[in-house]
Amino acid sequence: MSPNTLTLPKTLVTLLAGALFGFGLSLASMIQPEVVLGFLRFQDWGLMLVMGGAACLAMLAYKGFPRWFGKPLLGGEFQTQPAQWNRQTVVGAAIFGIGWGLSGVCPGPAIAALGTGNTDILWALGGIVLGALTHGLTARS
Amino acid sequence: MTVIDTLLPTLFPFGWQHYLLGGLTIGAGVALLYLFNGWVGGMSTVFSSSWSWLFKRPFFRQERFLNSRHWRLVYAAGVVLGALFWRLSLADGQAQTTSVPTWQLLVGGFLAGYGARLGNGCTSGHGICGLGSLQLPSLGAVLTFMGTAFLTANLMRLA
Repeated sequence: MSPNTLTLPKTLVTLLAGALFGFGLSLASMIQPEVVLGFLRFQDWGLMLVMGGAACLAMLAYKGFPRWFGKPLLGGEFQTQPAQWNRQTVVGAAIFGIGWGLSGVCPGPAIAALGTGNTDILWALGGIVLGALTHGLTARS
Repeated sequence: MTVIDTLLPTLFPFGWQHYLLGGLTIGAGVALLYLFNGWVGGMSTVFSSSWSWLFKRPFFRQERFLNSRHWRLVYAAGVVLGALFWRLSLADGQAQTTSVPTWQLLVGGFLAGYGARLGNGCTSGHGICGLGSLQLPSLGAVLTFMGTAFLTANLMRLA
C-alpha cells in the first residue's frame, strides 16, 4: 500500500485538517480580499500574525514530530517538500505576488469562498484554476 | 499608556486576537495533517494535481501529483467545510461578498494561479509550510511575492 493511499482514518484526518485550515482562514478574515489588500497597503498588520502564528505551529510539527514520533501516527513516512531557489521560484513568486496584490485572493481563501458563499470570489477561483492549467500546459516537465 | 497600548491599535485597527487565533488554527490543521498522515499541506498544488485527471501531458503525470491528487482534493473539501462551519456558526449564515472589481479578481486569480504553480508554492506552501520547515528558498519566495504584492496593491490604489 502506497504511503499516500487514503484509508478511512487518513481521509477523516485530512478532512479535519482542511476544515481547521478553512475555519482559521475565515476567523482571521483572510477570506476578505479587503483585509488582505489593507495589509498590503500598510493599513493593518494582521496578516503577519496569521502567517506567523501558522508558521510557528508548522515549525513545531515539521521539526518536532519526526524526532518525537519517528513515523506518522497512521503509518507511512514524514514527508518533506524541499523548496528550490532558482529562476522559476523567483519569477513564479513575483507573478504570484502581482496576482495576489491585484485581487487580494490567494489559493486557500479562493477555495474557502465555496464555503463562505462568496460568489464574487469564484471569479478568482476560476482564474487560479485556469492559471494553473496554463502553467501545466506550457511547462517543460 | 504604555507603548503597547498605543502601538497595538495603530498596527491592528480591527484588533489582533482573531488574527493570531485564526493563524494558530490554520497551523493546527497543518500540524494535524503532518502528525497523523505525514503530509505537507500547502494549498496550491491541488490546482495542478487535479488537472492530472483530465490531461495526460507528462507534466501532469508526475509522481508527486498522481500520488497526492486524492488527498489534496479531500483537503480542499475540508477547507470548504471549515469555511462553511464558520459562516453558519459565527457569521449568522450570511453569504460573504467583496467589493473588489470582477476583472481584478479574474486577472489577479489567473496570475496568482500561474505564478504559484511556476514558483511551486503560495502563501501557505512557502509562507506557512516552507517557513515552518526553515527553508531559505521559501523565505526568498515570500519576500519576493510580498514585494510585488505591496507594489501592485499600492499602484492599484493610485490608479
